[in-house]
Amino acid sequence: MTRRIKFTLGAIAAVVLSTAAFASEVAPDAVEYGDEGVMTSLTGVAGDPAAGAETFKSRKLGNCLACHANPDMAGEQFHGDVGPSLEGVADRWEEPMLRAIVANSKQIFTDETIMPGFYSLEVGKHVRESLVGETILTAQQVEDVVAYLGTLKE
Amino acid sequence: MKRLLLAGVVLAASIAGSGPVWADPVEDTLEIDGMPIVTQTAAPEGHPFDEVYSGWLFRSAETRDLERDTFENPGMIAVEDGEAMWNTVMGSEGKSCASCHEDASVSMKGVGAHYPKWDADSGKPINVELQINKCLTEQMGAEPLPFNKNGQRELTAYIKHQSLGMPVELDLTEGDMQSWWDRGKDVYYTRTGQLNLACASCHETAMGKMIRADHLSQGQVNGFPTYRLKNGLTSLHQRFRGCIRDTRAEQPKAFSDDLMALETYVTWRGTGLSVETPSVRQ
Repeated sequence: MTRRIKFTLGAIAAVVLSTAAFASEVAPDAVEYGDEGVMTSLTGVAGDPAAGAETFKSRKLGNCLACHANPDMAGEQFHGDVGPSLEGVADRWEEPMLRAIVANSKQIFTDETIMPGFYSLEVGKHVRESLVGETILTAQQVEDVVAYLGTLKE
Repeated sequence: MKRLLLAGVVLAASIAGSGPVWADPVEDTLEIDGMPIVTQTAAPEGHPFDEVYSGWLFRSAETRDLERDTFENPGMIAVEDGEAMWNTVMGSEGKSCASCHEDASVSMKGVGAHYPKWDADSGKPINVELQINKCLTEQMGAEPLPFNKNGQRELTAYIKHQSLGMPVELDLTEGDMQSWWDRGKDVYYTRTGQLNLACASCHETAMGKMIRADHLSQGQVNGFPTYRLKNGLTSLHQRFRGCIRDTRAEQPKAFSDDLMALETYVTWRGTGLSVETPSVRQ
């Protein structure tokens, strides 16, 4: 009996905690795109460049190297060139613009842009059932990638 | 001087990029056992490209060489299996394909170059796989071959191989072929999945670019069923489904109306290229 109460209390605490963590998160359809990009953090938690590099590299997460060369990751094989090289990308764009491009580049470039929106629900038809309503990256993963991109200066 | 500057810029760009960067298909010519194969030709009217290129031109020298020689081509084993099937009695009527069609090198010549065709009975385009099933069920008293199983790929490869070297040309004036072409074009340009990509995103807009280790071709289908070095003999609808899955979308069923329309449209996009079945690809 005591054990059950403990368990229930623990579960409630976990729910409360995770709700708190999401409370300041901007929902994908609430992201505000302006001329300068997306001005405010999607989470309010500073991005972690090391975690961002992992998300960038991972084929299951960002898979950014599929389309972009990145000399900072010269140790990784096979960099694509569907999109521009990211060498010195932080010299070309400020953080809010990097955030906007990662979250939904079609808001910044054109609808014809190939790059997927990594934090957007403007997606293609017939989305795989298990992914309906899901974004490619979480808000924090986007912040981490943006923090990593911020380190790519010449 | 201007040219020198430009050369400098190109040089700098190629040094800056890591890994191999090819902007274009290679310049090379293909003969298979002495048979000239058209791998590059002027596009038909209304085509988004000026020139159509076989996927062969986008593969490595080693992969290209495998296709030059039918003894080296690993897809030819499937063609031999297909030939055995052609001569095997299937179904209650006691007939094989050869019972009616005799020598495939004569009777099937051109089939691979001109399918899909209009099928008045179903009121839809029909491809080689479905034509085989129609024969099996209506003439031979046999069960239809399930998608990609029981030798469907092998028999299809054998039949299409009889048109090796012949230019692809569809007759869009038959029946309602034109409206299926229109529908296929819609499918081609429709973005699907969480990644929000259309066929055109990779095979038109980004044609010639590298996506990781893969050199993006025009997505031509003149070599299907194709032998892929990473997964063996691969049928066209299997490849369509794989591409669509990779956009993180639900996969349409093989031979569904959308994919039959897509086969019609994409086959047209390769008009004038030689049939290469079984081609060898990455």
